[in-house]
Amino acid sequence: MPNDSVQFVDDGERVSLVLRGCWDRDTPTPDAKTILAGVADKKVVTVDTSGVENWDSTLVNVALGLRNLAEQRGLSLQENWPTGIDELLVLAEAVPPVAGDAGATNEARWGILASLDPISASRRVGEELAGLSQFVGALVVSGLKLPTATARVRFRDFLHFCYQTGPNALPIIILTSSLVGLILGYLGAVQLKQFGAEIYVADLVTVGILREMGPLMTAIILAGRTGAAYAAQLGTMRVNEEIDAIEILGVSPMEFLVLPRVAAIIVMTPLLTLFADVFGILGGGLVSSGLGVSPLQYWSEVQLVLHPSHLVIGMVKAVLFGALVGLAGCRAGLSSGRNSEGVGKATTQAVVVAMVYLIIADALVNVVCQLLDI
Amino acid sequence: MNAAIEVKDLTLAYGDRVIQRDLTFNVEARDVFVIMGGSGCGKSTLLRNMLGLEKPARGDVYYAGHNYTEASPAQQRKMRMNWGVTFQQGALISAMTLTENLSLPLELYTDFTPAERAEMISLKLSLVGLAGYESYYPAEISGGMRKRAALARAIMLDPQYLFFDEPSAGLDPISSRRLDELIATLADSMGSTVVMVTHELDSIFAIATRAIYLDNKTRTLLDQGAPMELKSGSQHAVVREFLNRGKVAPEPGVDR
Repeated sequence: MPNDSVQFVDDGERVSLVLRGCWDRDTPTPDAKTILAGVADKKVVTVDTSGVENWDSTLVNVALGLRNLAEQRGLSLQENWPTGIDELLVLAEAVPPVAGDAGATNEARWGILASLDPISASRRVGEELAGLSQFVGALVVSGLKLPTATARVRFRDFLHFCYQTGPNALPIIILTSSLVGLILGYLGAVQLKQFGAEIYVADLVTVGILREMGPLMTAIILAGRTGAAYAAQLGTMRVNEEIDAIEILGVSPMEFLVLPRVAAIIVMTPLLTLFADVFGILGGGLVSSGLGVSPLQYWSEVQLVLHPSHLVIGMVKAVLFGALVGLAGCRAGLSSGRNSEGVGKATTQAVVVAMVYLIIADALVNVVCQLLDI
Repeated sequence: MNAAIEVKDLTLAYGDRVIQRDLTFNVEARDVFVIMGGSGCGKSTLLRNMLGLEKPARGDVYYAGHNYTEASPAQQRKMRMNWGVTFQQGALISAMTLTENLSLPLELYTDFTPAERAEMISLKLSLVGLAGYESYYPAEISGGMRKRAALARAIMLDPQYLFFDEPSAGLDPISSRRLDELIATLADSMGSTVVMVTHELDSIFAIATRAIYLDNKTRTLLDQGAPMELKSGSQHAVVREFLNRGKVAPEPGVDR
């Protein structure tokens, strides 16, 4: 036992622990387990601290440890702690510790390794799919109430979200789609020039923008802009208990909050995509004119390749992508945690999940188009 | 005759973590019933379970003899028509003006014309001292005013039951006292049964007729009764200590 700080006095049926000297962080002292190991099979243990000169939390820790171990072993502990320690013990024992590490998540225990576990990863994917299906189902049920006018949707909210999603996003959509058209045109022109086929840069840009880049770029911008905003709005409403209040009033948050947002983004995404298409094609034309294709030639070639099927496929994608971005944002917001960290996570989740949905949906639509030969 | 609210063997839990177990108590009609206890003991969780915002791990809650926990969503919705709830932060819908917030329950549950609704909203705002604030957004008024506006929304349908989660939290003593008096007056005049979560002793002694104490050590309901009686007569030192602002009151008999 270090420093002779504990002396055991055997008194027949009981043993007295006489603590002496300094019990602070600078003095080596035994812990509760070591101390009780010297008690042998005695059932009554008396703690005498009259010889303690100086103490800090070290002694409080030992006191707590002795109490816990005595309780576990069924020992009767008769204590006499220096003034002040009793009050600290009352504080420390006021709220019992949470049993085990029930609160610790798998992630907290294993850190980044938890995300590599294939079983939990597949469980997460399963939960995500089940959650999404449930959410879509609830939204469809709410949507079906719209024609019967029993859904609690405010048309003014719908218009407000349409304005937020559409006109407010127009400048950034125009900028990005023009640049994407420009990049596509430049890449195409450089390659096609080697074969003397610069004129076909118009085909590349038109088909590429209408079928692929127009709807995709629009949806990506909306995921970062509108989807994240939806998640943050609904998450904050969750934190402020506004969603609880809405539920208590008997209104379905799905009808009142989600439906107008998702409907707005579904309506606005194809409209924004049309602008993206026009400015993307114009961007491509700008590059082509610098690479030897006159604007008139470019425009004639665009007209030749501008088949309605490309436009229809692009619009179908736009509607689908808009719905997915809206769903990801609203779902993340409604399932947000009840604190600022939860809102942050919901916003991030809204964007990341929307991106994954977009890529998967785009691939699926392209496969279907390939199979249908359109 | 059934109690206004009966809570039977209710166990509250978040996953595997039990917050409170086997809670059984009755709230009589027109009681101002307070759920009290130290921080983190599960007062708000109990209220959320009573309101159906969380599903209890076990047990049932009955309103006028009808089991709310087991009721269908349609039945629950019907029962909620008799409720008014105010949450800790008021929970007014931030994108709506006070008029729109207060109009919501009327639009949902009444056939009032817009003019009748406007009249009713003015009346309720006047009752809570907010006349003239109809077109303000929640962010444009103070915390105390938000709580009063939330109270106005809660009483829009003259509910049979009023629930409050920490109504006076964050308010200065004068505003807090006025809000307590307002709650007591409104509840009394409407004949409502009030269930309130609070640890504000001034509020408890001012308006509560009965109270329960939730202990966060044993995770059970430790005692119940009239607050003044519990203050000196509770069998549990921790309850007496709580109601005497941390000073240990003399023991009336057996202690915990």
